[in-house]
Amino acid sequence: MSTTVNAVTCPVCGCLCDDIELTIENGVIAKVKNGCAMCESKFLSYKNEHRNKTPLVRKEGKLVPVSYDEAIHKAAEILANANYPILYGWSSTDCEAQRVGVELAEEVGGVLDNTAVVCHGPSILSVQEVGIPTCTLGQIRHRADLVIYWGCDPWSAHPRHLERYTTFTEGRFEGSEWKEYMNKVKASAGKKKLLSLERREIVKRKPEPIIEKVTVNKPPETLSKAGRKLIVIDVRKTMTAEVADYFIQVQPGKDYELMLAIRALVKDHELDVDQVAGVPVEYLEELVDAMVNCEFGVIFFGMGLTQSAGKFRNVDVAISLIRDLNRRTKFAILPMRGHFNVTGANTVSTWQSGYPYSVDFSLGYPRYNPGETSVVDVLLRKESDAALIVASDPASNFPRKAVEHLVANPLIVIDPHMNATALLGDVVFPAAIVGIEKAGTAYRMDHVPLPLKKVVEPPEGILSDEEILSRILEEVRVIKSQKMQEAA
Amino acid sequence: MELLIKNGFVFDPINGINGEKMDIAVRNGKIVESVNDRRAKKIDATGLTVMPGGVDIHCHIAGAEVNTGRLMRPEDHIKDTERKTTLTRSGVGYSIPSTFTTGYRYSRMGYTSLMNPSMPPLEAKHTHEELNDTPMLDKASYPLLGDWWFVLEYLQKGDLTECARYVAWMMGTTKGYAIKIVNPGGLESWGFGRNVHTIDDKVPNFDITPREIMCGLAKVNKMLNLPHTIHLHTNNLGLPGNYATTLDTMRALESVATDGKPVAHITHLQFSSFAGDDWGSMRSGAEEVAKYINAHSHITCDMGQVIFTDTTTMTADGPFEYTLYQLSGHKWVNSDVETETSGGIIPFHYKRNNAVNATQWSIALELALMIEDPWKIYLTTDHPNGGPFTAYPKIIGWLISRKARMATLKKCHKKAQKKSLLPTLKRELSLYDIAIVTRAGQAKALGLKDKGHLGVGADADIAIYNVNPETIDIARKYKTVRRAFGNAAYTIKDGKVVVKDGEIVQHVDGRTIWLDVQTAEQVKVDEEMRRRFREYWTVEYENYPVTNHYLKISDPRTIKADV
Repeated sequence: MSTTVNAVTCPVCGCLCDDIELTIENGVIAKVKNGCAMCESKFLSYKNEHRNKTPLVRKEGKLVPVSYDEAIHKAAEILANANYPILYGWSSTDCEAQRVGVELAEEVGGVLDNTAVVCHGPSILSVQEVGIPTCTLGQIRHRADLVIYWGCDPWSAHPRHLERYTTFTEGRFEGSEWKEYMNKVKASAGKKKLLSLERREIVKRKPEPIIEKVTVNKPPETLSKAGRKLIVIDVRKTMTAEVADYFIQVQPGKDYELMLAIRALVKDHELDVDQVAGVPVEYLEELVDAMVNCEFGVIFFGMGLTQSAGKFRNVDVAISLIRDLNRRTKFAILPMRGHFNVTGANTVSTWQSGYPYSVDFSLGYPRYNPGETSVVDVLLRKESDAALIVASDPASNFPRKAVEHLVANPLIVIDPHMNATALLGDVVFPAAIVGIEKAGTAYRMDHVPLPLKKVVEPPEGILSDEEILSRILEEVRVIKSQKMQEAA
Repeated sequence: MELLIKNGFVFDPINGINGEKMDIAVRNGKIVESVNDRRAKKIDATGLTVMPGGVDIHCHIAGAEVNTGRLMRPEDHIKDTERKTTLTRSGVGYSIPSTFTTGYRYSRMGYTSLMNPSMPPLEAKHTHEELNDTPMLDKASYPLLGDWWFVLEYLQKGDLTECARYVAWMMGTTKGYAIKIVNPGGLESWGFGRNVHTIDDKVPNFDITPREIMCGLAKVNKMLNLPHTIHLHTNNLGLPGNYATTLDTMRALESVATDGKPVAHITHLQFSSFAGDDWGSMRSGAEEVAKYINAHSHITCDMGQVIFTDTTTMTADGPFEYTLYQLSGHKWVNSDVETETSGGIIPFHYKRNNAVNATQWSIALELALMIEDPWKIYLTTDHPNGGPFTAYPKIIGWLISRKARMATLKKCHKKAQKKSLLPTLKRELSLYDIAIVTRAGQAKALGLKDKGHLGVGADADIAIYNVNPETIDIARKYKTVRRAFGNAAYTIKDGKVVVKDGEIVQHVDGRTIWLDVQTAEQVKVDEEMRRRFREYWTVEYENYPVTNHYLKISDPRTIKADV
């Protein structure tokens, strides 16, 4: 039996493409249409035989299979007895689970944090400093005639971003630049092939490595072309840069400087230097002309700004630039959010507690002070005494010292897969994969909520994040009331 | 469960009851004729004021805009926190409280129903998710439809019937309650950073004017028999001299008013009643506006009172927020929504010693006092735009007591004092009038038949305040009244006591009210519609509607349309 499911939302990146078509054969996803490589890989690999099928609890140093009841009781006991537990992850699960997560954090008086803290957290700090002029992605599709990607590479990380929302889409007031770029991509692919052939020919002679340099003479003519313009600013020539009309290579760590120079130019100041951050001033003047003269411009920024030197100051100055530009024309700025529901994690946390991440409930009310209440800092100060990790793998990407403290204390992990953190955990729950085996809600990078579908059944007996968390919460309340009675 | 409220002074304007001592009987969440005197749980309301539960016709409490406001203002939350208790969830307060805190604080003031007035249809799920987490209250939302491309295109073609069908479809799709129009034409113009300045300006890229949008949608509203009128935020809002635009708007809508009934609700009227040519010469236009409203019956409105405090302004009127940004240089959020609307947020501190702010404060009170019929103007702050809703008791104080408002006026900027009309206004509202402007009038304007009164069959949403109208002169003892309205002696929601002495005693979830508008011919969901969807939005048709999954307790109202 084969059926097709339309309009499936893809639970991979912040683009949240919702036009995926899946073919289900005998209860298994057989074919993926419309998706990018990441999407296909997620929808086709969910049935991975390495998936853990039962809850595990560490006994005498070894993780052994147990029932959900036992694991839930064990997890609840850990959390109820902890003084200062951390509850981290959340960005790859649905809003329904996140809502229970906030309630659980409040119940146990812990620190609730999501992966934004090591990602776009600095962007949020900047929004709290200067605000953010932004819009939904469709607004860009319909209106933007200038698209700038700064410190991000959608071609690789958000593969359908250009095709669905920006340069390659057909909007009401702006057309698609698809054809032109196809020609360009073909030409550059041909060129690359030639180059590699040549290289293979001369490889025995060990030539100097070919480093592409930005030509210092004249900006390309494409900047004055009609239609949508695409500009990429990055420290290296990314895949997106290859198709861009204009690429500006900024020296690593000098985004802030470059942005300030652009701000000065937007305000009609003259610069007394020849170059800023490795970019000739004539180039910048050209860029600023394009910015000021567009009808609707947008900057997308990624980790290149938020996690390089300067962090939230980089984003701060980027948003300030957009504020300045809005005095001349219409401009917007959007962060390129990574996980499919990291925006949802911030959103849910904000409406329930007032704060988007790093929320400390230990005093009975929400408190927020990233740097103090952010999870990495709590771990580095060795303050937490238990942890619940949901849909995330901090053991493989937190600082080593932080991970050491994380695993030194009781560790509960809820994840569909046996990731590095799960291997180090004390209680490990397998969970249904949100967006494939569990329906829910996720927020796109521009805060548009989209429903996630359940297209196949989870492996037998496997619960969802939401169910597991609800049961832990219930059990925590039971344990706490027992303790109260004992004390009385 | 039965409940008997004994011996209170009952104020129930819809049923014409003005402070009579009587009992109110409740069974299964509804008001009934009588209950078993022995079995019923009794509340002794001797010496207390009994009113229907409060109804707020316009307060921004949930959705994308509100939440971005929360996100951007940690400094607003840090000074005002709510601890978790065994009954209630924790949260933060002040100008944009977290959802649970919003519910609890409204409930403590005796409110039981709220209208969330600006819901971008594309982000409607978000609004409903937040409303689910706003306890203690029944709520509804108004989808923003004034600059929706479908509406612009059908009105441009003059095809009212088709426009009405799509509006009906949108009500059901977003689970909305009324047509919200914000700066008609201006939001579409703002897509390219422009605005409209009179009601006859052409909207760029569309062959239509704000006048045609407002009148068109007002007609559509009538064709669909919607319980509320169009809910209108005027053009040029917040700019000096805009009272003229407001008068033009009201005059334009006369053409739709044929049966003497209201056809439009002009919301936060204070922000639309500025006279003068610039900020320096800005003064009150309340007299002219009030005069017009007194002479006509097709308009209702709410105050949009300004409170002298630090608050957060948020509206779908993106260009207006941009103006505020230029004025203040404060942190600024702009948020345009494809095909539908825009939005903006700016923190704002209204100061007594600022001539413009003080004049704004005065304008709202002038309007409330000069518009003679309390059934036409209701008490709001346009929360949180004029100030947080927690300031309602203060406003009640100003309305019932000349002494109270003169005391505040005395502390205002000299220029504003000189220009204010308040010294000439002797009117002091009675508790009966207060019951109209805080519940009965609002429920009536909303067409909520089971709210805002205590007649048999009404929802048992009741507020009891510690005010004895027989023993105190409310105009002199306005501070007592203020305290009483800030901390209800009892709030009863659907027959359950949820607040006692200003404290939450029970956590209940409210319903989400929405309209199921039935048109003779419905919008066809065919390939053409899907194609149009893909063209206009960046989401698929199937993923757009708010399904029942997003309503914790759904309360649909079926409406039979004329088309």
